[in-house]
Amino acid sequence: MTGLLVEALIKSIVLLLVLLTATAYLTLLERRLLAKFQLRFGPNRAGPLGLLQPLADGLKLLFKESFVPAQVDPIIYWLAPSISMVTALFVYAVIPFGPSIQLFGRSIPLVLADVNVGILVVLATSSIGVYGIILGGWSASNKFSLLGSLRSSAQLISYELTLGLGVIAVVLLAGSLSMVQIVEAQRDLWFVFRFPYGTVAFMLFLIAGVAETNRAPFDLPEAEQELVAGYQTEYGGFKFAMFYIGEYMSVITISALATTLFLGGWYGPPVIGRWLPGIVWVILKIFAGVFWFVWLRATFPRVRHDQLMTLGWKVLLPVGLVNVLLAAVVLALRSR
Amino acid sequence: MLLDWLYVAVFAVVGIIMAALPLAVVWLLAPRADYPQKRLTYESGVVPFGQAWAQFNIRYYLFALIFVLFEVEVIYLFPWAVVFREFINRQLGGFVFVEALLFIVILGMGLIYAWRKGALEWV
Repeated sequence: MTGLLVEALIKSIVLLLVLLTATAYLTLLERRLLAKFQLRFGPNRAGPLGLLQPLADGLKLLFKESFVPAQVDPIIYWLAPSISMVTALFVYAVIPFGPSIQLFGRSIPLVLADVNVGILVVLATSSIGVYGIILGGWSASNKFSLLGSLRSSAQLISYELTLGLGVIAVVLLAGSLSMVQIVEAQRDLWFVFRFPYGTVAFMLFLIAGVAETNRAPFDLPEAEQELVAGYQTEYGGFKFAMFYIGEYMSVITISALATTLFLGGWYGPPVIGRWLPGIVWVILKIFAGVFWFVWLRATFPRVRHDQLMTLGWKVLLPVGLVNVLLAAVVLALRSR
Repeated sequence: MLLDWLYVAVFAVVGIIMAALPLAVVWLLAPRADYPQKRLTYESGVVPFGQAWAQFNIRYYLFALIFVLFEVEVIYLFPWAVVFREFINRQLGGFVFVEALLFIVILGMGLIYAWRKGALEWV
């Protein structure tokens, strides 16, 4: 029992440290890539290629004064960023990074916990994450914050439906809610290539994923020209950093989920799939997803709020429902 | 299976500690130089006017209501999706499909109703 606890503890700490480092370097990656898109240099002074920049940023935020504005609701004000960060971290308990590997003479699975309702854990956790934003905006007692958090919650709940419908198509194809079994069901053909329903579900999932992470072109909650910084206006120092970590980590999360649910997880493309180990394929796919997020931000202008809601409710939701039915029909007919 | 949930619990505890630790470090390291003006609520540089917790657009509430309806639908579709292949293998695919079809059509009519009533318009 103690041995198991220690093993779980070591695995958790390693995973969390890797994730936090990846998140820190995602901020640098985004700044460098955006700079390249706009023919600028980006941060390149701290260390070679600016590689020490995230470290400098993190240290700066740790040494910032942490004051609480006079009007806020203090308990919720402290709780909100913590909810944001912890829920963003928690999702990784069930995301598989590869098949088992041999280490110290034992077989170690590259997933912390292969629970049989894995994808439900992910969806439930991301729903709780909405609370961080709502409570953060509400407790700050600032008009910009309140408007930002209202917009954000409307956006998040609208696109959560689409996200769920995209996932249901995957569950139909895999016949399981376990993340590992969903990946194993894609051994022969990635779900994204199950045309048309798999492809449509993938696109729905990606669009909803961008909206769920409050990223451009759906970054209305923090539209800086209208709302200063949205729900995080009254936050500074490390409390701000926690919101920031939460947001960037969910970019990695959506990429990791797209990898697991649609892009075959640790299975590579048909011919060259065996050239690299599974975990390298997972990381490559997640990296591609993250790059896509940054690319999107550099390309598209922000949509209006009514456009956002129209897209979510009048286009994506009906398409998602029809897509689920289509997938079911094709599955039923093919088995004849 | 239970073991996996134990792992999840350990992960959650370590995650909470990882989030709380920097806050403790900040409490220890960060300078303190507080004065009343610093603690003013930000309102583009002027002294805040009135309360922030004011009335807001009723549309947010409407969308939240419709959301609850459809989120429940999505939750009910999950167990159906998991067992669908099993039912196909037992030659009951058509039966199970029609059941889900009825469910989705009824809720789809709900969506059409809300649409026609203008609940999905954002003006």
